[in-house]
Amino acid sequence: MSKMNGAQSLVNALEAAGVDVMFGIPGGAILPAYDPIFDSKIRHILVRHEQGAGHAATGYAQATGRVGVCIATSGPGATNLVTPLADAQMDSVPIVAITGQVPSAAIGTDAFQEADIRGVTMPVTKHNYLITDPDDIPRAIAEAFHIASTGRPGAVLVDIAKDALQKETTFNYPKNVSLAGYNPVVEPKSEAIRDAAALITQSKKPVLYVGGGIIKANAAKELMQLAEITGAPVVTTLMARGAFPDSHPQHLGMPGMHGTVAAVTALQKADLLITLGARFDDRVTGKLSTFAPNAKIIHADIDPAEIGKNRHADVAIIGDLKNILRALNPATKAALAKSHPDLTPWLTETYGWRSKFPLGYDKPSDGSVSPQYVIERIGKISGPDTIFTAGVGQHQMWASQFIGYEKPRTWLNSGGLGTMGYAVPAAMGAKVGAPDTTVWAIDGDGCFQMTNQELVTCALNNIPIKVAVINNESLGMVRQWQTLFYNQRYSNTDLHSKRIPDFKLLAEAMGCVGLRCERPEDVDKTIEAAMAINDRPVVVDFNVHRDAMVWPMVAAGTSNDDITVARSMAPVWDSQEL
Amino acid sequence: MAIHTLAVLVENSPGVLARVASLFSRRGYNIDSLAVGPTENPKVSRMTIVLNLEGHALDQVSAQLFKLVNVIGISEMKDSDSLKREILLVKVANTAAAKEVVKKHGAVIADEGGKTISIEAVGQSSAIESLLADLKAHGIRELVQSGLVGLERGDSTLADRTLSTMGTANESDPNSSTADYQN
Repeated sequence: MSKMNGAQSLVNALEAAGVDVMFGIPGGAILPAYDPIFDSKIRHILVRHEQGAGHAATGYAQATGRVGVCIATSGPGATNLVTPLADAQMDSVPIVAITGQVPSAAIGTDAFQEADIRGVTMPVTKHNYLITDPDDIPRAIAEAFHIASTGRPGAVLVDIAKDALQKETTFNYPKNVSLAGYNPVVEPKSEAIRDAAALITQSKKPVLYVGGGIIKANAAKELMQLAEITGAPVVTTLMARGAFPDSHPQHLGMPGMHGTVAAVTALQKADLLITLGARFDDRVTGKLSTFAPNAKIIHADIDPAEIGKNRHADVAIIGDLKNILRALNPATKAALAKSHPDLTPWLTETYGWRSKFPLGYDKPSDGSVSPQYVIERIGKISGPDTIFTAGVGQHQMWASQFIGYEKPRTWLNSGGLGTMGYAVPAAMGAKVGAPDTTVWAIDGDGCFQMTNQELVTCALNNIPIKVAVINNESLGMVRQWQTLFYNQRYSNTDLHSKRIPDFKLLAEAMGCVGLRCERPEDVDKTIEAAMAINDRPVVVDFNVHRDAMVWPMVAAGTSNDDITVARSMAPVWDSQEL
Repeated sequence: MAIHTLAVLVENSPGVLARVASLFSRRGYNIDSLAVGPTENPKVSRMTIVLNLEGHALDQVSAQLFKLVNVIGISEMKDSDSLKREILLVKVANTAAAKEVVKKHGAVIADEGGKTISIEAVGQSSAIESLLADLKAHGIRELVQSGLVGLERGDSTLADRTLSTMGTANESDPNSSTADYQN
C-alpha cells in the first residue's frame, strides 16, 4: 500500500465518497489539504466567506439530493460554519464540513486560530469528529458521509488536526460503514401500516399533512399515489413546497403562520392527519394545545424522536417514507376497497374555503410596485422547472405563496433555523449542482446585505444565478410585527436601502449585471431582461412598496382558529362552516 | 415529578460524555445524577443516569438520547428488576455517638483522625439517606456521594436486553446494535 500524507488521504477519501465539488476557503491549519486539492478532480470553489461555503453546500444538497461539502480552516474559519451547520441540521440537509484544527500538541493551549469546533458544533450537528491520527481519516470521512446521508439526513463536521494532515499514513477506504450505535430503521412495521390503513378507512375528514421528509426520501411519486388512493386534501409545509404539485386539485396550499385559510382550517377541522415527514413545528401548529383538536394522528417519519415530541401519535410509522408509502399505498387501497367513507362533504367544505379565501394582495394605491406581484411574475415567467431559493422574512413567505411549485427540489429555503442571508449562497450551490437549470434567489434587501459577497464567487466561477432583491428598504417582517404588535414604532428596521447601497452598482462592482425596476409596468420586461442573461449573474433591484404585509397570518402563540386574512380581519365564515 | 433511572451503553470515545450532557442541557432534561465508567468491553462505557422528568416523556428522552451516534443501547432500570447502589463518604466528629450510628447502619469507618472519622457506606439511596439523616445531628464536616449505579437482577444483561424495553427506541433492530457491541 502506497505511503502518502494525511492530506492526500483526506482528498482520496473525499473522492472515494463521490464528492465532485466543495466550497471553501484555505487557511493555516487546513493548508496541507489544499495542496492535494490543487491536483484533485474535485472542483473546489473558492468562496468569500465560510458561511457562504456552508449554505452553498446546503443549496447543492437540497437541489441534488447528494451530500454537500464545505471546507474551512481552524478557529474563525470553522466558527463561521456554525450558522450553516445549524441551518442544515435543522432542515435535515446532508452536508459534511471539513475543518483544519491546530496541531494536536497545541490543542487546548489557546493556540493561534484555535477553537474547539467539535465542542462548539456538538449541539448543531448530527455527529462530529476530531481526528488527530492520520490513519483515522478515511474511516471518519466514510462515516461522516454515511451519517449525513442516511436516516434523517443532517450535518456532520470532521475536524482534523494539522499534524494529522502532514504525517505519513496509508490510504484505506472502508468498503462498509458499521456503527454500533447508528442503525436507522428504514422498513416500516407491518402492524403500523395495517393500523394506519384502518384509521384512514374510518376517517371522514382526512388531510395529508406533508413535510420536507417526502422530498428527502424522494417519495413525491408515492405521495401522489396515496393522494389519489385516498382522495384526501393535501397541505404542504414550507419545507415541502414542491413535494405535491400546486396545480393539483386536491392541494390546499401551505399550512401555518402564513398558510392559506383552506390549509390552516382543514388541519383544524380534520378528524385525521396523515402526517408524512413533518414535525408539528410551532410555525405550523400555532398554539399547540388548540391544534387540530378533533384529529387522530398518523405520524410517519424516519426519526423515532419526532414521534410524540410535540403531538401524540395514534399510529406511529417509523421508516423511510418511500418504503412506508410503498407499503401503505396498497394497504390503504385494499382497506378502502372494503369500506370507503364518503369524503364529498369534506371536500366540498375544504375546496369551498380554498375558493372563498384565495391568496391575494392589494395593489399599492400610490402606483408603486407590489412585492407579491414581482414574485408572482418571476414565478410565471421563469416557470416550474426553475429552482428558487429565498432568504428569511416577508419575501420568503411571498415566494412560498405566490410561486407555483410543481416539482420537488425546486424550492430551497431556510425553514427551521430561519437564516437570513441563505438565498444567495444557496442559489450558488444549487446552480453548481444543477448547472442547466435556471436558479433564482428571491432575496430581501436585509438578507441580501448579509451574504451578497458570494456574487463575486459566482461571477468568477461561471455560476450565473439570478437574484431578485425585493427592496422595501426595511427588515420587512420585523417591521410588519412592529406595525401589528408594537404600535408602529419602527425601532431599527429602516435600512434605507433604496438610497444606500446602490444595489445595481454593487452588482456591477461584483462582476454581475445590475438591473433596477421601480414601476409596475416595467416588472415583466425587467424579468425578461434578466432571463436573457446566461453568461453572468444578474441582480435585479425591485423597489417595492414598503408597507405590504404577509397575509394570512396566525399571530405567534395564538390558535390557528384565530387566523386573520388581513389586518384585524378574520375570515367571514358562512354560519354552517363554524 | 417522576424519577427514572437509565442505563446507557456508549462507545468509549472522546467527547461522549459531553454529547450526552449537551443533549440533556439543550432539551431541558434534569439530571439528578450521572455515573460513568468502564465495562467488561474496553470499547464500551456504561452510564447510569438518574433523571427527574417533569413534563417530558421517558420515551422522548430515550429516543433523543438514542439519536446520538455514540449511544449503543438504553434500558430503563426499574426498582423491581435492578440492583441500585450509591457510595457515600462522609466526615463527622469523632464521637462515640457517631460511631454508634455507623454501627447501627452497617457502615464502615474508613479513616480515623484525631477530631473526625471518615465513614464509608454503600447502599441503596434510601439507606444512604437514612444514614445521613442520623449523622446530621453529629455535625457533618464534609461529604461526597457518587452517582447511582445500576445492574439488572437475574441472569439477563443489558447487552442482551438493551433497547428491547424502550418505547420508541425499540423501533430499531435490537440485535444489530447488541451484536456489534458483543463482537
